[in-house]
Amino acid sequence: MEQSVSSILDTYQRDPTQLMDILIDIQSEAGYISDQAIEQAALGLNISKADVEQTRSFYHFFSKKPRGKYSIYLNTSVVACMMGRDTVARTFEHETGIPFNSVTRDGLIGLFETSCIGMSDQEPAAIINDRIFPNLTPFRAKELIRDIKAGKTMDELIVEGFGDGQNSNKDIRAIINNNIRKIGPVLSPDYKPGKVIREILPKMTPGQVIDEVKNSNLRGRGGAGFPTGMKWELCRQTESSEKYIFCNADEGEPGTFKDRVILTERPKLLLEGMVIAAYATGASHGILYMRHEYKYLKKYLENLIQGAHKRKFLGKDIAGIKGFDFDIRIQLGAGSYVCGEESALIESAEGKRGEPRDRPPFPVEKGYLNQPTVVNNVETFCAAVKVLLNGGNWYRSFGTKDSTGTKVLSISGDCRNPGIYEVEWGFSVNDMCEMAGADDLQAVQVGGPSGSLIGPGDFDRILCYADLSTGGSLILFNHTRDLLQDVVLNFTSFFIDESCGSCSTCRIMPVLLRNKLNKILNARGMNSDIVDMVNWAKVLKASRCGLGQTAANPIVSSILNFKHLYDQRIRGGTHYDMGFDLNRAIQEAGTATGRFPLME
Amino acid sequence: MQKPVIATTSLAGCFGCHMSLLDIDERILELAELVEFDKSPFNDIKNFTRQCDIGLIEGGCCLDENVHVLEAFRKNCRILVAVGECAIMGGLPAMRNGIPIKECLDEAYLNGPTVRNTNEMKIMPNDDELPILLDRVYPCHEVVKIDFFLPGCPPNAELIWNALNALINNSEMDLPYEVFKYD
Amino acid sequence: MGKVSTFTIDGVKCMAGEGSYIVDAARQNNIYIPTLCDVQGVPPKGACRTCTVRVNGKLMTSCTSRVHDGMEIENNVPELNDLRKSIIEMLFVEGNHLCPTCEKSGNCELQALAYRYAITVPRYPFLFPRRNIDFTHPRIIKDHNRCILCKRCIRVIKDKDGKNIFAFLNRGFKTRIYVDPDLAENLTEELAQKAVDICPVGAIIKRGQGFETPIGRRKYDKHPIGSELEE
Repeated sequence: MEQSVSSILDTYQRDPTQLMDILIDIQSEAGYISDQAIEQAALGLNISKADVEQTRSFYHFFSKKPRGKYSIYLNTSVVACMMGRDTVARTFEHETGIPFNSVTRDGLIGLFETSCIGMSDQEPAAIINDRIFPNLTPFRAKELIRDIKAGKTMDELIVEGFGDGQNSNKDIRAIINNNIRKIGPVLSPDYKPGKVIREILPKMTPGQVIDEVKNSNLRGRGGAGFPTGMKWELCRQTESSEKYIFCNADEGEPGTFKDRVILTERPKLLLEGMVIAAYATGASHGILYMRHEYKYLKKYLENLIQGAHKRKFLGKDIAGIKGFDFDIRIQLGAGSYVCGEESALIESAEGKRGEPRDRPPFPVEKGYLNQPTVVNNVETFCAAVKVLLNGGNWYRSFGTKDSTGTKVLSISGDCRNPGIYEVEWGFSVNDMCEMAGADDLQAVQVGGPSGSLIGPGDFDRILCYADLSTGGSLILFNHTRDLLQDVVLNFTSFFIDESCGSCSTCRIMPVLLRNKLNKILNARGMNSDIVDMVNWAKVLKASRCGLGQTAANPIVSSILNFKHLYDQRIRGGTHYDMGFDLNRAIQEAGTATGRFPLME
Repeated sequence: MQKPVIATTSLAGCFGCHMSLLDIDERILELAELVEFDKSPFNDIKNFTRQCDIGLIEGGCCLDENVHVLEAFRKNCRILVAVGECAIMGGLPAMRNGIPIKECLDEAYLNGPTVRNTNEMKIMPNDDELPILLDRVYPCHEVVKIDFFLPGCPPNAELIWNALNALINNSEMDLPYEVFKYD
Repeated sequence: MGKVSTFTIDGVKCMAGEGSYIVDAARQNNIYIPTLCDVQGVPPKGACRTCTVRVNGKLMTSCTSRVHDGMEIENNVPELNDLRKSIIEMLFVEGNHLCPTCEKSGNCELQALAYRYAITVPRYPFLFPRRNIDFTHPRIIKDHNRCILCKRCIRVIKDKDGKNIFAFLNRGFKTRIYVDPDLAENLTEELAQKAVDICPVGAIIKRGQGFETPIGRRKYDKHPIGSELEE
């Protein structure tokens, strides 16, 4: 390993800002990151072990202990659980003889849990050695473990056919299906890749490009909805010789998977969008930051980037425009939801912990390596291409006045047709549910855990920035679901797992709230517990980033919209109860001393 | 008018808080005029003889017995005051919180430097007459409702005096900065 | 210092150098904004959120935000004070803060803020996490029970080559401070003392040194934190 750490360091020119790639390679080669490797990396990069450790320990997919020749990461998301994840998990445990978060004694198989992996339309799903195994059943889990034990290779483990579209591409070869249910003007295949670069950009000044995007009223599709044209303009206005375009493909909001499909089926559209942004802002470097869960797409995308170089869509003097140089590289994440926040994403790309930055300064002024940086969502870049192709006026003809254009939605949960839908802004939740083939719904989670949980009374609300804004995820729940136990508790745990830990508020409060929620679920709740949760949650508004600020949304929005579910669990009303249970409290000492007194 | 009745106890505490109450010096005579004491180590009354107005609790709950005493206080006192760090947050005894009981008992009776060579029979006290340890030390308000909290280790005598006066006279509690301390 | 900005804090007219951080600007105008993680003159991190103020209805940390002309800042108002109080209470329940046993008691900024807000008991249940005391280093002891993860040591203490000695390990509720074993081994006496002094709580203490100042003569025994600005 000593030899290979050294050569890995050389691959990245011993550049400490490439620490993510270095650690990913070490992890992938050795199956873990040993103390020795950390020491060697620190030495080679001329930083302290503390510097390496702080990055290493931040990310879910980095480990100091071997994670098994076959590392199985089973999704724990709400949708995965709804689709039978727990029986699959028990089968894995039974067949391997080990509990989750451990490795078999022979080092062959490791079982681990992981947050939503972007497969909500085909859950339960697991990642095994960077490849995705969707639609798992107990039978399939049993088969997988037996095949692994029988010495089969990764390729031999795949007995299903490959998925539709590019999922069968030789560079992907995944069992995944796209589940594209509805295509609109942005995802429409009716366009010639590179046309905007070759035919339109040379005729426009960067200022005109920005004006056209502004005219379209396109807003960020990641969820926050910042006007794209304005972002580009702010970056253009910041003087610097080095500027960066980041594509945020760190789609981590549970229930969201639309970027996975775009990266699979419309990657050229996305790359073209990045080139347009580069032209508009004067940037010469592009970084596609993609979540580690989508590593199976890396080779495919890298080949496409190479192809774009050959066809002069990337490289020097693009489209014959003198001095317009732009390249794109892929930066993988390593398992962290908060890295989807743009400044955390930049920190991560610099080889650091994915901790959001204090703002201002905003990335458009001081971003990657302190240079002006634009971070846009995958879908935003795609929409920008169509805006340039057909004009801002054309784009504005879709959607509503304030929310122009379309949105690609990821719909999953209790419906007949989970998948992605490109729809104009302005439709109601009801419309969406009907389209997805869902009836008898109890609730819909709009915008993932950081969004809100709404009931049928709100299903006529409209998807748009002014009413129900969303990064694109809708999770549907029918009446068989226990919203508090299956949904709210799961989401709250998700926020606890994914907090970066930097703000006191987000580090501590979700833990306190989960304890309260558990107290209520364990039939020890008081009325005042509900009031407390709403009041306590307010402190989260003082957190630095969106993760912290929204970490109590599952609890607060369910109290707001499903108060009766809480009331049902409150017994005794106002009787003082902090959850203390004498019988339970003496169990441990009773066992330790061999006494089992009978309590009156 | 009937004098207010006070009861006091030390649960998992060191009696330091009781000592601090005595630190009000000559005002103890004044206090004796103002109130009567029921169950308390001060007078060695073991059981409640009547309904009390104020219960002063020192120490947290470390044993089942502490829980029973505390519950009796809640039943027999109109107002309960948690006096001192141990009653409020477990205090020093709570340093064991987070450590499994087995580990604590093994250290205390089998492996600790003072017992390692003397407890040859490896006896772990387990007589049914002994109170039984709780899995951790509980602050009093996690077991019963507590009405007031007086911090300190021990709380300054002035603080206790102020608080008692306020409770007796039903007036606003004064917590002066100089005597409001956690140590 | 170039231009001067005029702004208000709770309606009081203030002036400070353009671009200074709100917390420093307030201090220059004898207005106290409670802080924990902030260290004057060191790039801020906004970790503890104690110094949160409100500007145009928006919450922001005053250690990381800069003043500009016409800014109207809300500071000493009930809602923000309760927010700060609740943050202090959270920090108390997150760790194991046994003030009576702590060498820093009386000089501890977390404790001092709790005194200032007259916290008798946190509104949150104590979490009693199991945390270690790391006494493997020759000059310092790192007591994780008392650590509030303010990042002061991370930001301030660097070795002679500018390398980090302290760093965050893990994330979320499992976050703790990592001490680089090699660099801690070679920590100078001076730097060790600096680390002890910079820690707002008693999470970094000097090896072989116990209680120093008698009760009654410690920093916050007589006067609340921040009162020096308010007289």
